[in-house]
Amino acid sequence: MKKVEAMTVVSQRTIANNIYECSLKGDLVSVMNEPGQFVHLKVTDGIEPTLRRPISICSVDTNERTFTMVYRVEGIGTKKLSHKLPGERVNVLGPLGHGFPMEELKSESHCLLVGGGIGVPPLYELAKQLTSKGHSVTAVLGFRSKEDVFYEREFSRLGPTFVATEDGSYGEMGFVTDVIGAKQLTGDCYYACGPRPMLKAIESNMPIPGFLSLEERMGCGIGACLACVCDMKNEAGYRKVCSDGPVFKAGEVVV
Amino acid sequence: MKMNVSLPGLDLKNPIMPASGCFGFGKEYSEFYDLSKLGAICVKAVSPLMKRGNPTPRVAETPGGMLNAIGLQNPGLESVMENELPWLERFDVPIIVNIAGNTIEEYMDVARVVSKAPNVKAVELNISCPNVKEGGIAFGTDPYIAKELTARVKDVCHVPVYVKLSPNVTDIVTIAKAVEEGGADGLSMINTLLGMRLDLKTGKPILANETGGLSGSAIKPVAVRMIYTVSQQVSIPIIGMGGVTNADDALELILAGASAVAVGTQNFVDPFACPTIIEELEEKLKDYHVDHIGELTGRSWRPSLQPLTTR
Repeated sequence: MKKVEAMTVVSQRTIANNIYECSLKGDLVSVMNEPGQFVHLKVTDGIEPTLRRPISICSVDTNERTFTMVYRVEGIGTKKLSHKLPGERVNVLGPLGHGFPMEELKSESHCLLVGGGIGVPPLYELAKQLTSKGHSVTAVLGFRSKEDVFYEREFSRLGPTFVATEDGSYGEMGFVTDVIGAKQLTGDCYYACGPRPMLKAIESNMPIPGFLSLEERMGCGIGACLACVCDMKNEAGYRKVCSDGPVFKAGEVVV
Repeated sequence: MKMNVSLPGLDLKNPIMPASGCFGFGKEYSEFYDLSKLGAICVKAVSPLMKRGNPTPRVAETPGGMLNAIGLQNPGLESVMENELPWLERFDVPIIVNIAGNTIEEYMDVARVVSKAPNVKAVELNISCPNVKEGGIAFGTDPYIAKELTARVKDVCHVPVYVKLSPNVTDIVTIAKAVEEGGADGLSMINTLLGMRLDLKTGKPILANETGGLSGSAIKPVAVRMIYTVSQQVSIPIIGMGGVTNADDALELILAGASAVAVGTQNFVDPFACPTIIEELEEKLKDYHVDHIGELTGRSWRPSLQPLTTR
């Protein structure tokens, strides 16, 4: 049976403009095995905000029974989350959804990881797991501006890492697709997470197989309310971003 | 047994059930607890053919609640009969099938078929969905059409018929009386309130459907008022719903006049909402001077000699 748990905040800090890194401790960490999954958080006991907030899992430390989230403060939910101090509790439902598949990779594959903004975090746990399985990774991380950049150093430890900013204030100027083109980056497959226009561009430009992680407004987070559906490309059906995704094979759903 | 409730077609071990549209067909929640704990399960609206629903975004949060405009997405009658209802047979729980249609005939077609499924003990006519262009709410705002729809579905349905009322009307009592005259065995109330939110960055509606149905804590006082008013004017039982998040909320709807209570949005907030409310409710009843929960139904307007609680 699935569970919810009041997990304890062990750390909370700002790492970029409006971007927070928060670690939580508890038993649910033991089932957080798949990079790309997310947790659904109730940040207050009251009715404001009413709904949970889906946040991707950025890294997992099973020995310490902690996992880390990197999130952007957007509205009242994430704002309240950012005010949580070490020792306080957060109600966690998860891990939810299907993450980035790694089973079909041939041994010692080279993987291109493409992240945009707040889509970068789930790729970090993926990078850790891929490299620990003997694969190699190259990361391309896109941000709006210099003050938005985070986790460049963390990714650099795992493989070559390129940063692009839209205004050119840090790294390469332009979008992640510009960097991929200019540096002629490729691999056996790619994994991407970021805003829809970025995912669209990646999906249509990359000649190699890949996986895309989607974001959508969610209700329940477990596949019951049908708030976060997306259309499939080749048939009449639909997929639920929360429970069928959030990661889909490139070409499976309409991005 | 203080908690069991007997309603037309429904022998409920307790008065709590998930509301239609907030529980899918039960599979997702069965991964959290044994669905046999529930008084009943009201499944997502079923239409004759598969419905794709509305474009996204389909939900928007509001103070104390949320707007939704899912658009009755469902796999259609045949798939529900083949896959969803048989799967639910493993649980010891009566099923209520919510029915949606574009025409009276479509409601009849679904009712005729689903009411033959062995675990379906009642149907609920959705004449109040605010999120579809045709059908739905059109049937719920005109008392003559509502009555005719009820009567014609009653003719072909093999189980009792509950009619789910919309709060988006001038006088809900008129509609309630009309469907009672049409032969309804019970009422479900209330469906969502029509609402809207705008995005301050774009200046446009947040929901792709523009408008949506408001649910959650914010609408509970409306539900209490409408159940209080209608329950004094009809003699058929009411399944109450609207903003129930805990046992106190459920009790409030029961005191207003509901015989059973459905939990909607709170399932999204807490997947354990229903079993938690059932446990809390049983505990709360110890404070009341009653032998059975049924004695609390409509207590708010019934003349009473004793104080309600011991505390």
